[in-house]
Formats: sequence, structure tokens, C-alpha cells
Amino acid sequence: MSSTTNTSTHHTSTIGAIGTPSRRNTELALLVFAVVIPVFAYANVGLAIDDKVPAGLLSYGLGLGLLAGIGHLVVRKFAPYADPLLLPLATLLNGLGLVVIWRLDQSELLQSINQAGNAASRQLLYTAMGIALFIAVLIFLKDHRVLQRYTYISMVGALILLLLPLVPGLGTSIYGAKIWISVAGFSIQPGEFAKIVLAIFFAGYLMVKRDALALASRRFMGLYLPRGRDLGPILVVWFISILILVFETDLGTSLLFFGMFVIMLYVATERTSWIVFGLLMSGVGAVGVASFEPHVQQRVQAWLDPMKEYTLSRQGVGGHSEQAMQALWAFGSGGTLGTGLGQGHSDLIRFAANSDFILATFGEELGLAGVMAILVIYALIVERGVRTALAARDPFGKLLAVGLSGAFALQVFVVAGGVMGLIPLTGMTMPFLASGGSAVIANWALIGILLRISDTARRPAPAPAPNPDAEMTQVVRP
Amino acid sequence: MNKPLRRIAIFCGLLVLTLLIRDNWLQYVKADELRTDTANRRVAIERYATPRGDIIVDGKEITGSKEVSSGDFEYVRTYKDGAMWAPVTGYASQAYGTSQIENLEDGILTGTDDTLFFRNTLDMITGKKKQGGNVVTTLNSAAQKAAYDGLKGRGKGAVAAIDPSTGAILALASYPSYDPSTIAGSNDGEAWKKLMKKNNPDDPMLNRALRETYPPGSTFKVVTAAAALEDGLYSEADQKTDTPLPWTMPGTTTELKNEGNIPCKNATLRVALQYSCNTVFGKIGSDLGNDKMLAEAEKFGFNSEQFTPVRANASVFSDDMNESQTALSSIGQYNTAATPLQMAMVASAVANGGELMKPYMVDKLQAPNLDPIETTEPEAMSRPLSSENAQILQSMMETVVKDGTGKNAQIDGVTVGGKTGTAQHGVDNSEKPYAWFLSYAKLADGSSPVAVAVVVEDDSAVRDDISGGGLAAPIAKSVMEAVINSKK
Repeated sequence: MSSTTNTSTHHTSTIGAIGTPSRRNTELALLVFAVVIPVFAYANVGLAIDDKVPAGLLSYGLGLGLLAGIGHLVVRKFAPYADPLLLPLATLLNGLGLVVIWRLDQSELLQSINQAGNAASRQLLYTAMGIALFIAVLIFLKDHRVLQRYTYISMVGALILLLLPLVPGLGTSIYGAKIWISVAGFSIQPGEFAKIVLAIFFAGYLMVKRDALALASRRFMGLYLPRGRDLGPILVVWFISILILVFETDLGTSLLFFGMFVIMLYVATERTSWIVFGLLMSGVGAVGVASFEPHVQQRVQAWLDPMKEYTLSRQGVGGHSEQAMQALWAFGSGGTLGTGLGQGHSDLIRFAANSDFILATFGEELGLAGVMAILVIYALIVERGVRTALAARDPFGKLLAVGLSGAFALQVFVVAGGVMGLIPLTGMTMPFLASGGSAVIANWALIGILLRISDTARRPAPAPAPNPDAEMTQVVRP
Repeated sequence: MNKPLRRIAIFCGLLVLTLLIRDNWLQYVKADELRTDTANRRVAIERYATPRGDIIVDGKEITGSKEVSSGDFEYVRTYKDGAMWAPVTGYASQAYGTSQIENLEDGILTGTDDTLFFRNTLDMITGKKKQGGNVVTTLNSAAQKAAYDGLKGRGKGAVAAIDPSTGAILALASYPSYDPSTIAGSNDGEAWKKLMKKNNPDDPMLNRALRETYPPGSTFKVVTAAAALEDGLYSEADQKTDTPLPWTMPGTTTELKNEGNIPCKNATLRVALQYSCNTVFGKIGSDLGNDKMLAEAEKFGFNSEQFTPVRANASVFSDDMNESQTALSSIGQYNTAATPLQMAMVASAVANGGELMKPYMVDKLQAPNLDPIETTEPEAMSRPLSSENAQILQSMMETVVKDGTGKNAQIDGVTVGGKTGTAQHGVDNSEKPYAWFLSYAKLADGSSPVAVAVVVEDDSAVRDDISGGGLAAPIAKSVMEAVINSKK
């Protein structure tokens, strides 16, 4: 088959070539699975908890199907060459997240402490808003390079978003981390939006400065040392990350932004030395802050000895939380195959069971197999993002795509690692799975931007403009 | 820019790989440890998700389960005569975990034990709810009641009774006790606090029969007599011993005293046991020496924990004593300390012709449909006495009850052998002594259905009134009668 050879060449080539198939039908087929799997999971939860198919199954299935369908049609119309995997993968995660949020809504324990009840219907609303933003991005952002114009506005915007939680009367502190603001009864996590805006700023800035940063350097012990004045930007971002850590006391957000900057800096300059500097600086920063910030110290203590933290919390000692140990028990009790949806006891985590700790419910009810599947889905999203960066033809698009994917990967690592006790707990949430409006809306926008970049990258190059000289020549020579 | 991009792709892959490895570590390698961690509330939720299996005595349940309406536990444990049976059952509490049989046989009682796996799988397929199995004990409810009621009338103390021919435990009582029902629920913090030793000097949750070691006093002379016979120091009950009166302990200028003016000079073993001569048995201990005494005591089970399967503390006979210390230890003082179960084992070995059977209290485990899963077979533990020497020691102990300090334990138509003890303790013996009695009953056909040890710590009695014969022997007698009557 001729098409087979055609396809294989595309897989190995970095830059999308002329004649790339649009893959929209692949996307549609995958979307069917992405909707049907959560619908089955939803029925499964209802059968396990109440012995009957839940009443909301039809409306839930139709709702998710409708949102996915509209998303698909918009992609077909406005970004026909976009990556076919991203939309179905995000839909699947979002759908499964909704199911598990609904499952935790059924927990009497969580209802009794106001941690559940109608979180699923709210999340469905947020999902609709997220997909609306996704659609808006695809319709109104005809070309991602437009974003380049807003480089410095983005910087200001990102700083404002990051500082909002510190504004008195607006910011709220939940379990010590001050990364929320509350407006008209809604809790918003501005950091989720700042992630995207900051990536735009970094991409725009680095595209302009990359040559200066890359070339003006001295070689020392195999590393290219940047000139002192070129160190400026990384120092500023580092300093801002430290400020976030000190004032918002959230290691995750801080690590996310700094990590994203280092990744983009490295890609822009191709200098490994930046990675070394970045690691050194984040290490110094984290250890330095941990040495005097009690909230960070306490998180580290809870990570090192979750059982002690649990015991202290049980004894009623203030400032301690049993969540970390409860999450570990949830994972352990799930074992290889899990208890089955609706049959675990992850509600014992109580606070934030359906947001920061939602992965623990997956761990308990779907087991090792389920969590590995979820992690692989995240990996696929990230790798499709990086692949988009590879395929992009302009440096801004490359930088933006890798920045967004890298931030997404770091977020998954920081949150899942925290819940599984690999690193200290932080206040961020699993993208798409966790209950929370800001995260789901911001991440749909992120997917929208990635789709836009990949559409531009994979779109067939326009036919070369006819060369007027050649025609002239032909006319002259009969 | 593509080279660093590829590297970033690898880096992101590594991040996810790290998470995958961590997840495998948590959910595969550490899964069982986390799943069965007793602090993990799921263990308790699972335990009370179905009616718990029962602990059975004489064919009747002494435990039960009742449904509760609120919270994540569906059932709560109940107990019949909880305080009386607490030293056997232990407790199963939603808030405080489990102990003793409730703990050791939790898998059977909950229905999660591996031996029930096939049955559970079958139930899962056929849609039946999981059920717990039962634990059938060896205990005798009449004997237990006699023991508990006897102690109740006397104050603090403990009783252990064993069937000498099998090692089956017939009674295991401790007083003061507690009713496990009061702490079975999830909101019984107040009741639990009241039972803690620091709030309750009576320490009702202490299982005295298995977990408290008392100085055994004169009852230990049975072990010393056994050592003398086994070693050949003396070979007959009526052979005169070589015992001066007064007798000064070797290496000291201290004379070992007898209680009152009793005929102990060169007394025979029989007379010495009958009158409880400290001089005779002290000298035997010192003559045999630490090593031989230790070897005999260990044959009776001293210095090792017993698992019935509920653990009993190790009774103590030291291995590093000089002659005078060995002499004192041989009359049950100095460092010597024994659990009531240990002393019942001593009596049972003598009654069983010199062979000590391993004590046990779980007769069999039953599946939910009452099929036996596992039955405990009686098992010999050691032979502290030859059968000839056992006969000699029996005749000596029978004299104690017939003519000596143990007259209160006499039962019509039954041969009873026993030994009293009054153990001094505290600095300079300042605290009230413990009253001990150990005995066995022998029927006309020569079989011996029960051996018993009783210890009473009587706070209210004045010191002079305490003697094993006065306080402890009547309890031992009623326990033996209860066993004999229930066999008829």
C-alpha cells in the first residue's frame, strides 16, 4: 500500500511534510472511546454503590458526548490538521475525573464534612466552560504567533495572577498554602492560568534573546558559562519563584514555574549549562527557604515520616494532617487490580479527597493497573505536546509548545509524586482529573493552544508562489 | 532547537517513568503491608463489614455481632458475660483494634483468612455475602464461672485450669476484669480511658492468668521436689532428708526460717511438703545447684513464653545464682516468678504421670458453614518427671491435701493432690503476700481431668490471714468440682 510508506516517512520526519493527512477521523474514533469508557465507569459506580444504573447516566453520557462532539467539530473546522490524540486523551481524563468526583460525592463521610455533594455537577459546568474556552482559542487564535505580540503584557499579567493570592481580603489560605483567591463565592487558583500566560511570556522573550544567551558565553570545565548580564533573567525568575515559595508557601507552584523556565531556556539556547544552573539554583532556593519557613518544613516532615504525622494529627496536635498516610493506605489497599469503582474507602482522606488527592481514589479503586494507565495517558499528552514542538516551524511555536508540555509534565510529576509520597506534598491538582474549576478551564485552554500550534505545524505548506520571472521567460521563448 | 527538544521529551518520559516505578513500589511491593496495617481504618471496616464469627465455649457462643446504623462500620461486637470471658476472648473494638483470640484468629472470625479463600471466591461468584468462621475453644463454662465467681469474692487474682492429659485449657480467669462490650464501639473513648492502668490502679485489662508473673512461694517446692527425685538426690517420699534445723544458707550467716514451729529436722520429702518446710527445700535447691534446678524448672516450662495461642509471659528461674540465692529461689522466692498458667502446668505434669502437655485453648476453627478447618491436636511438650517419680510426687501432694496445709481442697470421692503457697513480696516483704494454691483431681479410675492453679492478691485481708490454704484452695476446689461434675 502506498499510503503505508507515506505514513512511515512522516513518523520519522521532524517537520510535517506536504500532504499530511488531517487525521480528523482518527480523532473522532478515539473520541468515541473517550466518551464510552467514562460512561461505563459511571454505570459501574452506580451499580457498585446502589445496585442500580445511576439515574444521571443518560444526561451524563449525552453531556460529555456533546461537549466532545462540539470540540471535535470545531477542531475539524478551525484546526483541521491538529494533533488527533490530544482532544480524545483530555476528554478521557476529564470524563474519568467526573466519574470519580461523582463517586466521592456519594460518600456519606465526605458529605458530612462538606467535602462533597454536588461537586460533580459543578465540575461538569466547569468542563463546559473549559471546552468553551478551548473552542474560543481555536476560533479566535488563528495563528499562535499572534501571541508573540503580547510578550510583555503577558509578563505583567502573569505577575498579577501570581500575586493575587497575596492581596489581603482576596487571597485565602487553605491548609497553609496561599494559592487561592476567592471571588463571589468561587475559589480560583490563579496559578493555573499564570502557567499559560507565563509560558507565552517566556517563549516571546527567549525567542528574541536566545542568540545573546546562547552565543555570548565562555567555556569553562566543559560548560558554557553565560555572561554575568545574561544571568539576569534567570535570576529574576528564580527570585520570583522563591518569593512564591516564601509568601504562598507552595513548593509545587514554585517548582513548576522555575522548572518551566529552565526547560524553555535550555531549548532556546541549547546550552546544558542552564540545566546545571537551574538545578543548583532550585536546590539552593528550596533548601534555603525550607530552613526558615515552618510550613515547608512541616510538609517535608510529613513526607519523611507520614505515619508520625498521622499519629500527631490523630492526637489532635494542631497543624498536622493525616492525609499523606491516608493516601498511602489508599494506594496500598488498592493493590494490583483495585477494589473496583465505588468499593474503596478513599473518602478516609477526607479533606481534598476529590481534588489534590483524587489520584489516591484511582489507586484504590482501579489499582496499580488503573493508575499506570492514567499516568501513561498523561505521558502521551506530554509527548504529543513535545512532538508538536518538534514539528512546529517557528521558534516561538516550538518554545511555547515545549513550555506548556513541560509545565504539564512537571505538574503531573509534582502532584502524583506528592500524593504517592515520592516528594513532599504540594497544593497543585492533577490536570483534568481533579475537582476544581480553574485547573480544568486552564488546561482546556492549554490543549487548545497546543492544538493550534500543531495545526499550524502539520498544515500542508502552501503551494509555492508562481515565479513571475519564469513565466516571463516562457513567454519569451516559444 | 530540535536536539534539546528530544532531550526534553526523554526527560518528561523519565518523570513519568519515575512515577510508574513509585506506583509499582506502593501498589505492588508495599501493598500488603499498607493494606494490613492495623492503623489503616480499612482493616477495621472490613472486620465489621459482616457479622463477625463467634468464639464458642461448650457449644454456645460467648460473643455476638449486632448491626449499627451510623458510620462506616456495619456491625459491632457484643459479648455475653464479657468480664468473665475477657481473659479468653480479648476484645474486638472498632476504635482500638483487637487482642488475644479476637486478634490472633481475626482472619477466621472476619472470614478473610487464606484457608477460606476458595469458599470466599465461591461466595463471591454466587453472590453470597462474606461470613466469618468460628473459633471453638477448649474452655469449660462451669469451671470458668466457678473460677471467676471465686475470685470475685476474694479480690484480685487469677485462675488457670488445664486438662492434664491433653493440655486443653479449661478455665482462665482474671479479676478485676472488664467487659469488652463497653469498648467495642467506635465512640467508647471514655470507657477505654477508664480501663487504662494509669487511670485505674486495678488494671482490669491485665490478663493476670497469662501476663502477670507472681513469686510462686511454696508452690514452687513441687518443682524442687521433682528436681530432687529426678536427680536421684532422694528416691522416695518417705526417705529422711539430710536437713539440720536451723539451717544456715551456704556462703552466708543467715538462717533460713520456717513458718512457725514445724517438724522439719531431717524431715522426709512427704512431711516436708506437707508442712511446707523452707529448710528442706532450700537445702535441696542449694545441694542440687543452680544448673540442675534451672534444667528441671525449664522442663516445666519456665523461662519461655507459652503460646496458647494467646501469648503467656515467660515465668522466671534465674541462671546466675549463688548457692544461697538458689536456695531462696527453690522455695519460690528471690527472683523466681511464675504465671498462674505456669503453675497449672506444673500441677498438670505431675498429674499426667510426668508428661507435660502443651497448653492450648483453641480446639478448632470452623468455616462459616461449621465445617472444621483446623483442629488442634494435643501435643507433648516435655517430660519433667519419670512416671515412677510422678507417682511419688502425687502421693506427696495428696498427703498435703489429706493431712497438710491444703485440707480446704478436699472433695468427697475424689483424690486431690495440691500444694499451698504464700509468697512474700515488696521491699523487705512489706507488701501483702500472694496466696497460692495449685492442685489436681484424680478420679477413681485413675484418670485426672483437671489441674488448677489459683493466685489471690487480697488487699483487704490482714497478712496473717493469707495463706494459700485459706484463700486460694476453696476456689481451686470449686473449679475442680465444676470440671468433674460437667464430665458426669
